Amino acid sequence: MTVTHAPVKAPTTARRPKNKWVREHLLPLLISALFIVPIVFVFYWMVSMSFQTQVEISSNPPTFWPKAPTTEWYSELMRRMPFLRYTWNSLVVGVLATGIGLAIGVPAAYAIARWRIGGLGTLFLITRITPAISFLIPWYIIAKRLNLSDSLGIITLLHITITLPLIIWIMIGFFEALPTDLEQSATVDGCNAWQSFLLISVPLVKPGIVAATILAFIQSWNNFLFAAVLGGPESQTLPVTVYGMLSFEQANWGPLAAAATLVCLPVIIGTIFFQRQLVEGLTAGALKG
Amino acid sequence: MTTPPLHARPRPVPLSRRLTPMLFVLPALLLTVVVIAFPLAYTLYQSFTNWVITSPNPPKFIGLANYIELLSDRRALQSLGRTVLITVFSVGLQMVLGVMMALVMNKHFFGRGLFRTLALFPVVATPVAISLIFVTMMNPQSGVLNHFLQGAGLGPLQWIYSEKSVLPSLILVDTWQWTPFVMLIALAGLATLPNEPYEAAMLDGATPWQTFWSITLPMLMPSLFVALLFRAIDTLKLFDTIYAMTQGGPGTASETVNLYLYTLSFNYFRMGYASSMVIALLAIVLGVTLVLIRARKLAEKNA
Repeated sequence: MTVTHAPVKAPTTARRPKNKWVREHLLPLLISALFIVPIVFVFYWMVSMSFQTQVEISSNPPTFWPKAPTTEWYSELMRRMPFLRYTWNSLVVGVLATGIGLAIGVPAAYAIARWRIGGLGTLFLITRITPAISFLIPWYIIAKRLNLSDSLGIITLLHITITLPLIIWIMIGFFEALPTDLEQSATVDGCNAWQSFLLISVPLVKPGIVAATILAFIQSWNNFLFAAVLGGPESQTLPVTVYGMLSFEQANWGPLAAAATLVCLPVIIGTIFFQRQLVEGLTAGALKG
Repeated sequence: MTTPPLHARPRPVPLSRRLTPMLFVLPALLLTVVVIAFPLAYTLYQSFTNWVITSPNPPKFIGLANYIELLSDRRALQSLGRTVLITVFSVGLQMVLGVMMALVMNKHFFGRGLFRTLALFPVVATPVAISLIFVTMMNPQSGVLNHFLQGAGLGPLQWIYSEKSVLPSLILVDTWQWTPFVMLIALAGLATLPNEPYEAAMLDGATPWQTFWSITLPMLMPSLFVALLFRAIDTLKLFDTIYAMTQGGPGTASETVNLYLYTLSFNYFRMGYASSMVIALLAIVLGVTLVLIRARKLAEKNA
């Protein structure tokens, strides 16, 4: 951190506003740029490479700005493999794993927060801690025995192990922050627990549910390991497709960059639109967990 | 929080009322048991057998033999060492850089909103995609990182292609991806800090540096602790990035516990032995978590 020492003599009144502007806007802007530029550069490089010609990609010095942007790699991606189908697979797995995670995770989080079932909270934290590979080995065996490998069903089931603990941990925080007066008056009016949960509490934690949904979907969308081990030609998801681009052709980075851009695009666009909810989910899930 | 009215006398709760909470958690509980707990129990059982998928012989119960082999397996111990090394350096770097980033991003400068959005990108981007882009950037001949290094008058590096630099390279990628997460948590913590201590410090004429060390940092500790816990757990589990970038190579120079486990089970098919390692890994990760949580409670008590 740079600490600028204040001048010994008070600056003249004429210079003061300018100094203040430097201190409060320019300096923080420049220092944050030190962090932001490397972040943005990697994404820029990915997108730029996906539009470069083969000559530009392998040129030395590297090409920073494609002179004649080509969409060759994107069309090659679509031509050579059922890329849209893999996108569809990722989408189906993500939507199902998030939907099921919400359907069973939100009530569970409600019960843990409302009736203070701390032990169960710990149980779901343990599922968050457990390295995925440790329950992947048994599932690999089960899938082989039941002839279920290469099915979206089993991949979805395993993706729920990512979405469910996440949703529960985010939602516990939101339910705990909820005042119980409204619910109590609903109970007096004759609502049972389910009714007061569905009609009173759930609408009040909608921001939390939005945050949990976005984050759970992103985590599922990004997951590589489950589909890599259990997936096959029929059930391949996008991260596995992207990985495949490298092993097939060592130095042919065009299709790789195009595939990487396409897999990141939805989550990046989602981040721009749902930035606030995403931050809420990330910090709630972490801080209250 | 439910505060019962003062005049209410304790009444026996009807059974249906006591069962309601169970009904809310039952589906989640069942699914967790079926998908995680039951397979883990099966893994525990298997860790006492010599099962190899490709072997024609049926698995035999061999007691603790797998665990004894594990203790003398140099490859396993080295992979554990690398896992710890990556975790310590990655998380350490992310904590320091993340706090620095949060401190500047906490100022109300022009363009802050855009910067905060951009900072989220690495946290949400697909790790495999990002890792592979880093592979192209780290190419020793045509990679853009060496182009920058040479521009700065520094020699070209071998990055992930040399045993010496592969671990630092992986730490670099992990730090690039997760520093913004620490920043987010630190920013959330900074937003809750009270103003009074700062006003008092200003009156006392404290320098920004003193203010940071004696006010901001101690008050930020609880948030930072949570960030540390989550990053430590996730880095101990780190798989996608290493698998995509190096697959544990060159040789076994970047083979972490997770990678070795993957090789043992899906390349060598030594399920029994791999199972014993799964149990050991789980014990380590749980142990680290418990120690960290306990340390947090102790710190809170002393504070």
